Amino acid sequence: MHELSLAHGIVEQSIAAAERLRAARVVAVQLRVGRLAGVEAGALVFCYDIASQGTVLEGSRLEIIDVPLVVWCAHCLKEVELPGIQRLRCPTCDTLCGEIRHGRELEIASLEIEESDG
Amino acid sequence: MSQTRIVEVRAGVLKKNDELARALRTRFEDAGVFVVNLVSSPGTGKTQLLERTLTELAASGQRCAALVGDLETDNDARRLARSGVPVRQINTHGRCHLEAEMIGDFLGDWDLGALDVLFIENVGNLVCPASYDLGEALRVALLSVTEGEDKPQKYPTMFNSADVALITKIDLAEACEFDRAAAHAAIHDVRPGMTILELSAKRGTGMAEWHQLLADRRGAWQANHK
Ligand SMILES: [Zn+2]
Repeated sequence: MHELSLAHGIVEQSIAAAERLRAARVVAVQLRVGRLAGVEAGALVFCYDIASQGTVLEGSRLEIIDVPLVVWCAHCLKEVELPGIQRLRCPTCDTLCGEIRHGRELEIASLEIEESDG
Repeated sequence: MSQTRIVEVRAGVLKKNDELARALRTRFEDAGVFVVNLVSSPGTGKTQLLERTLTELAASGQRCAALVGDLETDNDARRLARSGVPVRQINTHGRCHLEAEMIGDFLGDWDLGALDVLFIENVGNLVCPASYDLGEALRVALLSVTEGEDKPQKYPTMFNSADVALITKIDLAEACEFDRAAAHAAIHDVRPGMTILELSAKRGTGMAEWHQLLADRRGAWQANHK
């Protein structure tokens, strides 16, 4: 399980961002997670609570924004959203679609912060 | 209660690893060493394949070496050392995957310029290694016939991130009632167009094709980094 490693990465980068923003407190971290990123959201939230202990992030929420798998269909000539990640085939025409447009994301999208006075 | 506001950040979680991997890739390119990252579940015969590959490459005059990731033991490294090529063990102390930082640490002062091909045997795990770029030029995912044809659907991220799939222990296919066509279709469903080779390191089946693939990919890589 690599979610603990990832959680440490999230904590490290969020602390740096919070310092840059001069945040008094971080209320929540919004994380964009692609369906194909290979991350188990429940495990990641659990690990985040552990990794954030004793830091400025302690007590904050990790909010997961699910990013669907979107591929380019060379037959329909458009981006299509796939219902799952087990078959990269266009739901309309059944063409195999190897060109992934979204779904690999694993990034901190935003922080919800309280600003320090003054 | 004080006011809160939401501020956009946009920072990749794997940024640190990605940066270190990029630096490693440059180092490998400068040294002219072609790096292959092997990933699979435990028990796919990864070490056996690597032992045979190293032995045969060395016999054909190629200068190769291996970095072996293992949770606690050095069994694999000792086994691979029998091939006579330099082997270094990366003990991950329970970590389920290799990261670019560990590769850098364990390479140390290794003279990469004296090598043609470097293999990295990742930790046996089909989930975590998918996320960690090690600076490799080629990522190879192994699937053994003993695991069943639907393995790619259980681990789509890993198979999607690989460049080549190897179906190993093909000598046992019949005994395992392994459906080869179904396995190829399953791999292509998660990674359309991926090159697939079938081989048996025990019998030698498919080894010539494997060596040819390595030579072709290395040639293409060299042409791009002249
Ligand atoms: Zn289509």
